[in-house]
Amino acid sequence: MKQVYAWSAIAAIVLASTTGDVLLSRAMKQVGDVGALWRQSGLWTLLGRVLRNPNFLLGVLAMTAAFYSLLFGLSWGDVSLIAPASASLTFVTNAIAAKIFLHERVDHRRWMAAVLVAGGVVLLAA
Amino acid sequence: MTFRKYLVLAGVTLCASIGDSLLSRGMKQVGNISLNHLHDLILAVLNPSVALGILLLLGFFASYMTALSWADLTYVLPATSLGYVLLTLIAKFYLHEAVTTSRWIGILLISAGVGFVTQGPALTHHPAKAQPLERGCEPASAGRNDAGRKHESQAMENKR
Repeated sequence: MKQVYAWSAIAAIVLASTTGDVLLSRAMKQVGDVGALWRQSGLWTLLGRVLRNPNFLLGVLAMTAAFYSLLFGLSWGDVSLIAPASASLTFVTNAIAAKIFLHERVDHRRWMAAVLVAGGVVLLAA
Repeated sequence: MTFRKYLVLAGVTLCASIGDSLLSRGMKQVGNISLNHLHDLILAVLNPSVALGILLLLGFFASYMTALSWADLTYVLPATSLGYVLLTLIAKFYLHEAVTTSRWIGILLISAGVGFVTQGPALTHHPAKAQPLERGCEPASAGRNDAGRKHESQAMENKR
């Protein structure tokens, strides 16, 4: 039962953080180049535009859900399983989600990078 | 990619790994917090390491959002994963922890992944939502037509 809870938490972390990353990425693309906007309109306009973006708020909400799922997972499983498993799976699911929802051009180079980094994270925690 | 943008990516990497290390060190100094004394969690921010760690994690979030405003998610995430390598090096040389062979192989894999992704374009160009182009951000596809090149050179002219 402990394993089921731990892997359910890993699934929840991966789902929530992938959703959060995709929403935050979409929000920042809608806001535009932060550096250029800051120079043109100033810091307060930039902050207002970011904080009023619904995707940004939903993204932060999803990231909060990921954080609490992590805390839940850590109460059921070892940190050496929960942290690397969720981090490495998130790299791969982010590549899939970015291709589907953000229409990013995920070429073989980016797939290789996601898989290599995911494998590397697993080995670091081994 | 300009030097300023590489600085932002370095900011994401450095702020996340150093911030996490400081939070870890601070919380070890604070000690275990029991469920009956949750208010101790609020007082934990008075610890200098925890306070500095939180500041750095705010810096991480700001630079992460900045990077996502001009680069793809599938570029930013692997490109900033050198933080894992940095954390291991801090553990080895600053905290004097033992780093096993499998961890060194992990470092090699992450570095290779970062090398792969940073050689490619940072942003996917969507023709329907034309944005000012920048040298190095254009997808390096062989099938780029003359109109695309003309568009790019025009954008470069406009930038000058």
